[in-house]
Amino acid sequence: MLSKAFKQGLGLALAMTVLAGCSTTDHNAEADAAAAERAAASAQAAAAAERAALNAQTEAAAQLDSVFYFEFDSSVINADSRATLLAHAEQLKSSGASVRLEGHADERGTREYNMALGERRANAVRDFLTLQGVSRSMMESISYGEEYPAVVGGGESSYAQNRRVELK
Amino acid sequence: MRVVFILVLLLTAGVTRAELTIEITQGVDNPTAIAVVPFGWQGGALAEDLAAIISQDLRRSGQFSPLANKDMLAFPHQQADVYYRDWRILGTEFLLLGNLEFVDERYQLTFELYDVLLQKKVLRQTVDGDEAQLRDLAHFASDKVYELITGIRGAFSTQMLYIEALGGNKLYRLMLADADGAREKMLLESKQPLMSPSWSPDGTSVAYVSFETGRPAIFRQEIATAERQQLTNFRGLNGAPVWSPDGTQLALVLSKDGNPEIYTLDLASGVFKRVTKHFAIDTEPSWTIDGKGIVFTSDRGGKPQIYQVTLASGRVERLTFEGDYNARARISPDGKSLVMVHRYNGVFHIAAQDMASGDIRVLTETHLDESPSIAPNGAMLMYATKYQGKGILAAVSLDAGVKFRLPSKSGDVREPSWSPYY
Repeated sequence: MLSKAFKQGLGLALAMTVLAGCSTTDHNAEADAAAAERAAASAQAAAAAERAALNAQTEAAAQLDSVFYFEFDSSVINADSRATLLAHAEQLKSSGASVRLEGHADERGTREYNMALGERRANAVRDFLTLQGVSRSMMESISYGEEYPAVVGGGESSYAQNRRVELK
Repeated sequence: MRVVFILVLLLTAGVTRAELTIEITQGVDNPTAIAVVPFGWQGGALAEDLAAIISQDLRRSGQFSPLANKDMLAFPHQQADVYYRDWRILGTEFLLLGNLEFVDERYQLTFELYDVLLQKKVLRQTVDGDEAQLRDLAHFASDKVYELITGIRGAFSTQMLYIEALGGNKLYRLMLADADGAREKMLLESKQPLMSPSWSPDGTSVAYVSFETGRPAIFRQEIATAERQQLTNFRGLNGAPVWSPDGTQLALVLSKDGNPEIYTLDLASGVFKRVTKHFAIDTEPSWTIDGKGIVFTSDRGGKPQIYQVTLASGRVERLTFEGDYNARARISPDGKSLVMVHRYNGVFHIAAQDMASGDIRVLTETHLDESPSIAPNGAMLMYATKYQGKGILAAVSLDAGVKFRLPSKSGDVREPSWSPYY
């Protein structure tokens, strides 16, 4: 359901991403430069994202970023992710849709520990959404550990994109 | 407590093309000089060169430097044709002669080991098998030669399991091969991840994790028949199965209680028993040699470290203190060493910790090393690493003196599991 809606309003999605100021998909030099700005804008972004989610139709709201990134061996949800997750919470509550939280790790460390880490990340997102009033029975955490990297290859830039939770 | 039993009969596993080939990267300083003379054989062309297989086995152990055929002055097949002085001049310490015969529809290998300095026969043995077992005959001879000279039981006749991923994680295969990488056989193929293969102590079965149901689940599969059973179907993690030394139980990881905990599963009754109770990650169990305890990875101290729990009392003890990442431990067959993934200077290596003194020794120089699996004789361990951007298997002796790698020709290989003796 999410992916269908995603296709319908790609332009709106881009606009909202800029509005929310919390794109997690750009990993170029500009992104680094914008990091400080982003942090400062996060409170504003949260409000904006929340407002957007509340006002939007189901289709429009579905264009939120659905991938959230983490530090090495960490399951702490960063400020940018929180803003977008707040919007997701509103959307999930109004739609009543169920969601699958897929947790992933980078390739460093052992496979089964990374399975646990991926689950911990997925559960961190689940718990955040639960606190926002999303019914726990509508969410399922699945960890894939390091089995499905988003980006193949070594180096921190790849690793950073692989330590993630995807809402599906 | 319920065990879900799903019985699925798979097609008989096929043989795949891509075999592993061995590259030796390091051996001991003074390997024993041995000459394995091409064996006597009166029949036509054979599928396997038995003497060559034995030479490769012995070379791979790092303990031997077999003489090349082109450097041999003669190819004797019996004692009467042996001129010890010639072999002594070549620096050969031991000489292995053999004769292969076809008797009653079976191949019969008789091999004799000579001590060149003592000028005497020190071993003579006969073994037989069918055509598919020609490599087994060679490995049998390798085991006997290795044991007589080093005093350590050989492990050339053992096998390994591993996971192969193809097409950028689009296809997963559970593979079985000889310890030298030959005779690869596919046991299972899936479009969803396969993980954590583990041998039953009798060598008949494998436990592993499969995502084929859309979630991780633990399966048991009989190797010969390909008959499978799904053992777990809980919400959350179902992972890291390892067989108890007596084969009656599995230790495994379930997160159905909210976070990953170690459980045991009694295979006959299907009863699960929770072993750890902690809000941290507890995972990667492995049994102690006596089966009375389980070592596991836990981040209860903030970073992943190895702990040991005594099953009877539930008492937990921390085993590792050096470094900020120690995970997936295995105990050597003599119970004296703990091998594990150890982060050193930011790089993941395989390390061995002396159980008595606690001293840690880094065994590998490659990076992103993981999944150490010790040979049943405790001489070497196999592990997974990256080489030229690809997942490969490599091996290192527990004293770090011998190293070799087994590069794959096609997919990414990982998670080796060295078979027990059976």
